[in-house]
Amino acid sequence: MIFDPYHECMDVEQRRELQIRRLRETVARLMVSVPFYRDRFRSHGIEPEALQSIDDLKNLPFTTKDDLRETYPYGMFAAPLPDIVRLHASSGTSGRPTLVGYTAEDIEIWSDVIARSICCAGGDSHDILHVAYGYGLFTGGLGLHFGGERLGCTVVPMSAGNTKRQLRMMVDLGCTLLACTPSYALTLADAAQEEGVSRDQLKLRSGIFGAEPWSDGMRQQVEERLGLSAHDIYGLSEIIGPGVSQECGEKNGLHVFDDHFVPEIVDPDTGESLPPGQEGELVITCITKRCLPLIRYRTRDISALYTEPCPCSRTHVRMARITGRTDDMLIIRGVNVFPSQIEEVLTRVEGVEPHYQIVVGREGHMDTLEVQVEVTPHIMADTIGGMERLEREIARELQATLSLTAKVRLVEPQTIARSEGKAKRVIDLRKEG
Amino acid sequence: MPCTRCAKQVSVFLENKPGRLTDVCRALGDAGVNIRAFCVAEASEFGILRLIVDKPDVAAETLAARGYAVTEHEVLAVQLQDRPGDLARALTALSGAGINVEYIYAFLTPKEQQAVVIFRVADAQVADTIARLEEAAFEVIPAERIYGM
Repeated sequence: MIFDPYHECMDVEQRRELQIRRLRETVARLMVSVPFYRDRFRSHGIEPEALQSIDDLKNLPFTTKDDLRETYPYGMFAAPLPDIVRLHASSGTSGRPTLVGYTAEDIEIWSDVIARSICCAGGDSHDILHVAYGYGLFTGGLGLHFGGERLGCTVVPMSAGNTKRQLRMMVDLGCTLLACTPSYALTLADAAQEEGVSRDQLKLRSGIFGAEPWSDGMRQQVEERLGLSAHDIYGLSEIIGPGVSQECGEKNGLHVFDDHFVPEIVDPDTGESLPPGQEGELVITCITKRCLPLIRYRTRDISALYTEPCPCSRTHVRMARITGRTDDMLIIRGVNVFPSQIEEVLTRVEGVEPHYQIVVGREGHMDTLEVQVEVTPHIMADTIGGMERLEREIARELQATLSLTAKVRLVEPQTIARSEGKAKRVIDLRKEG
Repeated sequence: MPCTRCAKQVSVFLENKPGRLTDVCRALGDAGVNIRAFCVAEASEFGILRLIVDKPDVAAETLAARGYAVTEHEVLAVQLQDRPGDLARALTALSGAGINVEYIYAFLTPKEQQAVVIFRVADAQVADTIARLEEAAFEVIPAERIYGM
């Protein structure tokens, strides 16, 4: 089923017309309502009327996460606060969360694109949707929730955690759709095995998995073990949250809902636009959002775009599954983590010099985060209790900043490898073979 | 203010893996440092080696130069009779005064047929600890004598 055939299967030329009209409106509105954009457009000599085709997008300046940080909290909002009905946030960098806002209209758009996504993954209004993304400031839970309701699914708002209970509810209620991170899907499969729940007892038929990178090998495992068809969903809170793009049954790239979010691929170093098929940094422009219509936002995600028609009859441009990042951001249990955030925490804990190393691994199917910190005489105690207090203090600060449980491991001085005087900060053991 | 009645203990942070203790002891041996007493407190992934040596400053410098995290702490070396009940008597004097012993270890002196117990108490309680022990007729051994034992 296609949720919105008019927009999803639109003639490509017709959509380009729609895109440029919406872009012009958005740019004009930003010039009036957001001083940041007014200044930036002026300094680049941008006039909304001069935008002739959606290809002119490449003449507009980029927006980056730093811009969001510098205008934190409300500086980038294009709608007045009384019109904002929801805020979400991710942990961000330099002590400032990345804050995003939604007007009622934005929530409508978001619900629509999630409803499209669920249909794209084979769901419909008869489905019972089990949402195991976290509910809260993270966009995953509430995003899928509202979209599921929009489509008319029966939504089970499980949120994250308490795996045994999740499994019991899934069996008892006969859930047919599952939305969570791919690694949590495997954790649920493990729990099912442990509890002796057979595939026949599970009624799942499709899954919508995202918020972290995964491979085809992992897809195969999830599909076999849970007896469902697994589909990738992509999104980021700065753009709207999940629902920017979604894989259909062809599993050959994700349809970008480009009547709302216009994707481009650029060379991450030069910023130059790259043609379809070529890999580079994904840049997205919001052309319908009211509160936070970011222009040419640098996602730092690496992808490629494909314009060939898809047998599913949707005419949206497709993007390749994310293959990496242009920066050092890590995704751990669905949470975005920058090494600089960890360094900040360590410098905040009195006396700890930031000689540290981050080891990301996988235990079962869940990511693990270990932060190794070199002990200096300055922070050293002569009792185990004193050292354990230090470990706990660092772990507590990391938890507070990242919303992630980290294992802190104290190591001897000079044991963390330094190459050319600079320590190798991150060891990621999750690379899949 | 440094405690004139205290002995210096050298503490070293060690990861719990083969060869670390060997490396420390060899380095001290090569530097001509003689170990009087030691103990290791261990957690699952690391340990803290505590040493009483004849030349604590040399030991600390040697180990720091080899890249270890080293600190020096003040501890009390107390002479006890090598006979049943004497340690209990010393501890009673302290617990009666509300003094908590953070850790303790002991060695025997072959020449003098006596036991020496190393006490570590909170820095703020050092003076009180000395007073209580002396009240109970125990001798707090001066640092130089410990190093030379």
